[in-house]
Amino acid sequence: MPQYILKRLMGTLGVMLVIAILAFFFVHMLPGDPVRMIAGEDATLQEMEILRQKLGLNLPLHQQFYLFMVNLLQLDFGTSLISGDAVYDVLSHRYVLTAKLTLVSLWFIPAGIILGVVAATHKSRFLDRACMVFSVSGISVPEFWFGLILIQIFAVKLQWFNPTGFQSLADLTLPAITVGMMGTAVIARFTRSAFLDVLSENYIQTARAKGVKRFNVTYVHALRNAMLPIITVIGLQIGFILSGSIVVETIFGLPGLGSLLIESVVARDHPVVQTLLLLYSFHFVMINFVVDVLYTVINPQVRLK
Amino acid sequence: MSSTTTSPSVSPFQLFLMRFKREKLAIAAGITLLIMILMALFAPLLLSHGPNDFDYNRILMPPSPENWVGTDIYGRDLFTRLVYGARVSLTVGFLSVTIGALVGSFIGILAAYRGGWLDSIVMRAADVLFAFPSFLLAIAIVAVLGGGIMNVIIAIAIFSAPTFARITRSSALSVLNSQFVRAATTMGASHSRIMFVHILPSTISGILVYFTMRVGTSVLTAASLSFLGMGAQPPSPEWGAMLASSRDFIAVDGYMYLTLYPGLCIFLTVLCCNVLGDGLRTALDPK
Repeated sequence: MPQYILKRLMGTLGVMLVIAILAFFFVHMLPGDPVRMIAGEDATLQEMEILRQKLGLNLPLHQQFYLFMVNLLQLDFGTSLISGDAVYDVLSHRYVLTAKLTLVSLWFIPAGIILGVVAATHKSRFLDRACMVFSVSGISVPEFWFGLILIQIFAVKLQWFNPTGFQSLADLTLPAITVGMMGTAVIARFTRSAFLDVLSENYIQTARAKGVKRFNVTYVHALRNAMLPIITVIGLQIGFILSGSIVVETIFGLPGLGSLLIESVVARDHPVVQTLLLLYSFHFVMINFVVDVLYTVINPQVRLK
Repeated sequence: MSSTTTSPSVSPFQLFLMRFKREKLAIAAGITLLIMILMALFAPLLLSHGPNDFDYNRILMPPSPENWVGTDIYGRDLFTRLVYGARVSLTVGFLSVTIGALVGSFIGILAAYRGGWLDSIVMRAADVLFAFPSFLLAIAIVAVLGGGIMNVIIAIAIFSAPTFARITRSSALSVLNSQFVRAATTMGASHSRIMFVHILPSTISGILVYFTMRVGTSVLTAASLSFLGMGAQPPSPEWGAMLASSRDFIAVDGYMYLTLYPGLCIFLTVLCCNVLGDGLRTALDPK
């Protein structure tokens, strides 16, 4: 077990390194001279030269990369071109809200599993059809539109919530519903098919034949085995929640990482964009890592391979 | 297509048609999509106005017999704009996924056929790309290339390619050792002939299903990017851009129609693509 985790951790570090290299080249891939971009159109040649040296862009590429990595490991991500503050400070301000939104949005996991199980245990009957209609709609609905409609119904018309901004946790209700919708739909669909697969297995027949209670067959024997593929999808969906929060934060005027990313891309604040892409990537890779480890806890067969 | 269970009198394609006829919902979705495409194509013949014809005497009119879904702040007929918007959204959807599918399937077949280091590199690269939600990748690519509808198409094509590569590779691998490929090799067929005449047709069904669903996702992604100000810019009637301008009225009660209909169009398109894709999969791969 520890060996497997160590192996996976090495792989994860490898992927992180690739991502760091890509992020490093991000500034170099921008069309035109990055120094010209950063310094602005009216900078003199002298000013540009000073900036170039300050950014280390006059050094050979491998030394630049070395500097980039050293700074990265010291959490020095440069300064924002717009506010002039350290990128680290800008991010840490915004991080908490996105973390809260993500945590609150995790409601989609139990909701999706329950819907999927209900659909599978009522196969081809009304509840199954209803769950699947909800599921295929949930996958197709544009999140940003769904959020706008929720605002107009529940915040503007009924005035149950504030339309935008963040004062208290209650303000996260509509955003969390919006973000979790698609995850619920995907997980419901997946749980249903995983569950149906398991229900046709011999050991379920055996359990039923032995006279095990219906509830126990469904929730102890079947669900545990069906959870294996579901866990992978949950991991992926948490990643999608993070990216979904980008649009949703913008609609609901929540000052989190997602809205910061959009503002920075539009304002061409490259150091912030670069750091945010790194930060998001780091989260996705870590989620995948945790999912893999969880997987081995539940399914010992994976470890042996 | 290498199905061996078919009776000799029925071709695989006929078998597919027979199965597909049972997918009523998918057929309905396909017809809806077709109507949307035709309306977008023949928009100037069907509509009396252009998408940017303004009428300051009729601003912000709610839906009525003259303006089916109302007018916007410049008095432009929203229905007209929605139909013209379909041109932009569907073009982006189809074009970007077509590019992604062509590039991806080519790489996938090559990786399967050549194997070795090329295969490893392609698949590891695809693994890394898969770790990320496609929307974030699209934003990253637009951050590098800059905004605009062309760059959105490129971005979507880039992040669609790896999935097509993976699908094509796995179905190519499954026929690589089959008798007809070996026979072709023995008879001295060139590499490109084996890859594109013998292997490619057996990968088409997987590509087709994924293509259909991906068009929906791509319409959705393009609309999201336009909504955020990174794709189509006003006065383009692109659906996402229309939603973005409807945000000015979000806090005012009574203007929901501005938001409702562009979103419904996106929703309907994506829904049809998903349902059609599902039906195609059931018909092509009955398991």
